[in-house]
Amino acid sequence: MVTSLMINGHRQEIDVPDGTPLLWVIRDELKLTGTKFGCGVASCGACTVHIDGQPTRSCQTYIEDVSDAEITTIEGVESEVAGAVHQAWNELSVVQCGYCQSGQIMSAIGLLTENRTPSVEEIENYMWGNACRCATYQRIRAAIQRASEILEA
Amino acid sequence: MTNHLSRRSFLKSASAAAAASLIIGFGPDKVLAASDGISEFTPFIRISSDGVVTAIIKHFECGQGAATGLATLIAEEMNMPLDQIEIEFAPADGTRYANLLFGSQGTGGSTSLANSFMQYRTAGAAAREMLITAAAEQWGISHETVSLDNGQLISGSNVLSIGDVAGNAAQLNVPAEPTLKDPSEFTVIGNPNTGRLDNAAKTTGTAQYAMDIHLDGQIAAVLLRSPRFGGTLVSMDDSAASEIPGFIRATEIPTGAGVVVYAQTTWAAFQARMAISAEWDFSNAENRSSDQIKSDLLAAVNSEPEHHAKGDRTATEEALNNATQIIEQEFFFPNLAHAPMEPLTCTIAPAENGVVLYDGCQSPAGGQAALSAVLQIPAENVEVNTLYAGGSFGRRSTATADYHVEAALAFALNGGHQPVKLVWSREDDLAGGYYRPAVAHKVRVGLDENGKISAWDHRTTSKSIFKGSPFEAFLVHNGVDHSSVEGITDTLYDLPGQFVGLTDDKTPITVSWWRSVGHSHTAFVMECMMDMAASAAEQDPIDYRLAHLTQGTSDQARLAEVLRIAAEKSDWGRNLQNDRARGIAVHKSFGTYVAEVVEISQDDSYVQIEKVTCAVDCGVPVNPDVIKAQIESGVGYGIGHAMRNEITLTDGEVDQFNFPDYEPLRINDIRAIETHIVPSTEPPSGIGEPGTPPASAALANAIAVLGMRVTHHPMNKNGVDFA
Ligand code: FES
Ligand code: FES
Repeated sequence: MVTSLMINGHRQEIDVPDGTPLLWVIRDELKLTGTKFGCGVASCGACTVHIDGQPTRSCQTYIEDVSDAEITTIEGVESEVAGAVHQAWNELSVVQCGYCQSGQIMSAIGLLTENRTPSVEEIENYMWGNACRCATYQRIRAAIQRASEILEA
Repeated sequence: MTNHLSRRSFLKSASAAAAASLIIGFGPDKVLAASDGISEFTPFIRISSDGVVTAIIKHFECGQGAATGLATLIAEEMNMPLDQIEIEFAPADGTRYANLLFGSQGTGGSTSLANSFMQYRTAGAAAREMLITAAAEQWGISHETVSLDNGQLISGSNVLSIGDVAGNAAQLNVPAEPTLKDPSEFTVIGNPNTGRLDNAAKTTGTAQYAMDIHLDGQIAAVLLRSPRFGGTLVSMDDSAASEIPGFIRATEIPTGAGVVVYAQTTWAAFQARMAISAEWDFSNAENRSSDQIKSDLLAAVNSEPEHHAKGDRTATEEALNNATQIIEQEFFFPNLAHAPMEPLTCTIAPAENGVVLYDGCQSPAGGQAALSAVLQIPAENVEVNTLYAGGSFGRRSTATADYHVEAALAFALNGGHQPVKLVWSREDDLAGGYYRPAVAHKVRVGLDENGKISAWDHRTTSKSIFKGSPFEAFLVHNGVDHSSVEGITDTLYDLPGQFVGLTDDKTPITVSWWRSVGHSHTAFVMECMMDMAASAAEQDPIDYRLAHLTQGTSDQARLAEVLRIAAEKSDWGRNLQNDRARGIAVHKSFGTYVAEVVEISQDDSYVQIEKVTCAVDCGVPVNPDVIKAQIESGVGYGIGHAMRNEITLTDGEVDQFNFPDYEPLRINDIRAIETHIVPSTEPPSGIGEPGTPPASAALANAIAVLGMRVTHHPMNKNGVDFA
């Protein structure tokens, strides 16, 4: 089945069977490898992309359901909020192995776009589904607060 | 590669010569050979004609910060800011890039900085002296008037960029003993604000991991493995797989290890595998269930130990008979998977004279040996292209090089003419073995009339990790695998009358080193017992520990110091509200001393971890912020698994499927972690692992204050409810 997708502002024709997860289209067909495979069952968040601006688990999103949507991956994300998040992540050296971090960042951008001044509890609730096996959580929390500060400055 | 390795030649490949068809070489030199405008200074530094300095990193980077750490050493000696250094992973070359503590190339045991500290500083200092000499020669002046600073060679008003003299400098002899900077002059080493060199790549999605490799003509391979450890394949039926678009073929592995499923894409390979059914022979497999395994292990620690690891059993028994009080406790720890965030994967591609392995390669020596053995080619014809590793915690290097062997089989059984990428799913990872062994301990501690420890009888049982591994000669003595008893036999406490007995468990379940190895359970047992003894003696847990550190050795002094600092920084003496409690634990592992205080709250029986206060002495703190990050990570890893993780079996089959039933630590589980680094001039020691061992013990000791002593893991299955 040829499906047409709008990814990072470009329209692309993809020939994969219906039912193929968006994750594998992004990674194996489009070779946009910043979006990661961690579990395949929506429980780690490594595969998080934005669909019409909403952080979404691409491993549980089927290709045929997103042909009309705007899909943004870590490679294509650009906004004032994204800039603040990147700056904060660098200032605090959040990353360790880094494998979960594209997903963490896509979720954090989603959170701060909705709510520029989240409380600690709001951060924890929003970010709960993004697992980090290196346990960088302490810095993720702090970096989101720092990004909020940058945005409010 | 021109010759295809047929399945038949593979089957015959026990005779090495017969299958030597993949062949012949590029030397390691060619890999690093100076190309246009690039000059090499020792195996660790390259400088381009435009002045870019590249540090060649001999260790893999799995998040522990080794790349940043090694580059820091070069930056320091070359008087340049860390962020001006580029990094590149070293090729496989055991003569140039061996881990000096292993004698072969690889990462593990938290040794990266310890073994590289002098080597990389010396390389940086040598490059500095060569550049200075070359500049002095160019100017016709004495080298003593020339200095190197921030990529520039300066003498009075003369200034040259290092790129301008790099070509000439590299022709000079490498000084064998260049002058190292005095630690008082350090500006990069010990600087808490240098940042990590991999920040940018890992926040923009551009960092390349092995999972990200897509080569021309590459196909995906997944394996259908025995659902029970030790099972072998009898037959398989792949007729339904042909319906799956992208499915190429399913091939039985001649050793009976399983079936390789080939497809055009990863997703197609996963789908096709689900469509294949197989029959297995379980006659030599682990067929027990976890309840049985647990009771067998507990029975073993209540029987005569197979090996005497330390002490005199009769003397200890006598000391126990003379004790005023005896405290007795059993402990149990389940198998644990490492579950690094990036599932295991690597790609093998044909090259002109051999193959290239693309891997987040923890052990280039192990990877080369595995590919060499399976493909019957000389090890030096296996080029290793090391990529970032999405976590490891020990998993990416095993004694059998398990996933490298699988990848080599998949490559060979496909004919060896195209790149094959082996991919594990998370389900493969959790069921795939090489776990932290399941362990039982039984300890009897005798106290004298003053409450001091006068006898310590310790029995433990687990499957040996090192027997049969390449490290056996180093770590197994008189039948005792040191990693089964490390942290007990070498305890720093004064424990008169200590006996340690060990019984090897013989399960077919594969085990391996898991972040902090034996310390992952021994620290828990030692530190819970110390707390229980303190409480029986009605003494403060910190005072009690200090009272058992009285020999005046440097080891004990450093352990005592982190205890005091953790106590002070956590405000140990402060009264807590009724719904709060705290516990402490301290442990030395990988040369590093760590004390941790866990403070918890309890609401309606639910326990919440409020704060973990840590004190760490790891020698010279090279990258203080990386040290803090590793302690945060180690604490999270230790606590998360102790809270709720276990690998269990039902009739030999692993029960856990994916993260929902091996639930990772989440962002709300630990509210805060604070780390204090002890200033030190001792050589740097490990940091990737030592944060893990004391963490769960400190948590258990805090929970005990609330009235419940938890001794079996995971805690949530043994009476503790977490918020
Ligand atoms: S890969 Fe999608 S949530 Fe884990
Ligand atoms: S940084 Fe390694 S999993 Fe998050």
